[in-house]
Amino acid sequence: MMINSADSTLSGALAEATERALVEAELRLPPDVLAVLRRAAATERNEIARQEFTNILENVELARERRVPICQDTGVPVVYITLPPDVPFSASLFTGVREGVRRATAAIPLRPNVVDPLTRENTGDNTGVGVPVVHVAPGDRFTVTVLPKGAGSENVSRIGMLLPSQAAEVPKFVVETVLLAGGRPCPPVILGVGIGGTFDAAAALAKEALLLPVDTMDRDEQEICDAVNALGIGPMGLGGDTTALAVKVKRADCHTASLPVAVNVQCWACRRATVEVRW
Amino acid sequence: MTDLVTPLGDEVLSLRAGDRVTLSGTIYTARDEAHLRMMKEGIPFDPKGAAVYHCGPVVKGDRLVVAGPTTSARMNALTGFLIDAGVRVFIGKGGMGPEVVEQLRGRAVYLALTGGCAALAASRLLLSGVYFEDLGMAEAVWVIRADHLPLTVGIDAHGGDLFRAVREKAKTQFHQRFNTM
Repeated sequence: MMINSADSTLSGALAEATERALVEAELRLPPDVLAVLRRAAATERNEIARQEFTNILENVELARERRVPICQDTGVPVVYITLPPDVPFSASLFTGVREGVRRATAAIPLRPNVVDPLTRENTGDNTGVGVPVVHVAPGDRFTVTVLPKGAGSENVSRIGMLLPSQAAEVPKFVVETVLLAGGRPCPPVILGVGIGGTFDAAAALAKEALLLPVDTMDRDEQEICDAVNALGIGPMGLGGDTTALAVKVKRADCHTASLPVAVNVQCWACRRATVEVRW
Repeated sequence: MTDLVTPLGDEVLSLRAGDRVTLSGTIYTARDEAHLRMMKEGIPFDPKGAAVYHCGPVVKGDRLVVAGPTTSARMNALTGFLIDAGVRVFIGKGGMGPEVVEQLRGRAVYLALTGGCAALAASRLLLSGVYFEDLGMAEAVWVIRADHLPLTVGIDAHGGDLFRAVREKAKTQFHQRFNTM
């Protein structure tokens, strides 16, 4: 088989960048996530919740010092690539990402989390049919972003096909998602909300919203965040002032007869990292 | 703050939901697959006074890399036989269902460990053995020595359930806010 050398360079460069991004994401929390955690810890009034924050912040510090993953659910990597005009869109992008995930799994090490959905047979290297999910979008720079997503929070995520007349019900749907989830997603959570698009696009938007900086919110996001925190579920569902650290919303236009709303729940360990690909 | 040491006895019965404790001694990890295997083939360790940890760690060689708690509610329907066999403490995150709260009554407690704190937990834990290794890294029963693992009593042996109390308050708050009563 002929191997195009440009293709193999591209794939190699992407493998290296993906591995580096995963190492960074699994071992260190992004500064904006750490900032909102510290802010919440400082204002929390519930004594049990304060202890939970102490544990969380000590854990983050220990992971960084000892170079071990922040959480044993090292997640399944969700990958976002931005592609400038001079980089060809080819299968090499995908083989490179897969190779990077395999290498990171062995090197860090990561828990092999990827299984056949029905037989539950583990693939052993965190890749598999359709895994990792790779999203490619045009951009100014050639970058790879990884978002290792844990199952505890993913499992309580929700999508609703609301009626066009129910625009005012969107905050209620988001808050209800957190109410139904209780302590299961490892609160304090970060909520990625996708409004509009189609059934699938709303879910993708919700996940992409988790890539946005969490240390700022617009008025609508803040309002939903306050309503979530009024529930008092608190860190780990043990009660407290902080149930959500942030709510981030992304929107797309949609069919005149539809109003899809997706809520992608993310635990406090909102792990993500972006690395520029050099080739 | 109470310092618990395995094997555990009646001292767990005086704990109350919301109390903070530490746990030292031997603990056994078990997730979904391990529970199913134990129901079929028997419990591979002495369950009398034992502590079971809902955890699927990352292990490299003989080293515990990280070992935080997994969502305990997945084991709701798989827990009764362990309490019947004498297990005194369950450790996990997120709490357990009403059937487990009843099964724990007068016999055992559920202790909550901060979810996601896998590096912190691992710093207090030492790997010392394994059963059912064929189930894979996440699902095997790992034998672990714990040193002052920091925990909160989530469900006590008197029906007290901190998670349920918090959930009920949250529900009331939700219905008031969105006028759905």
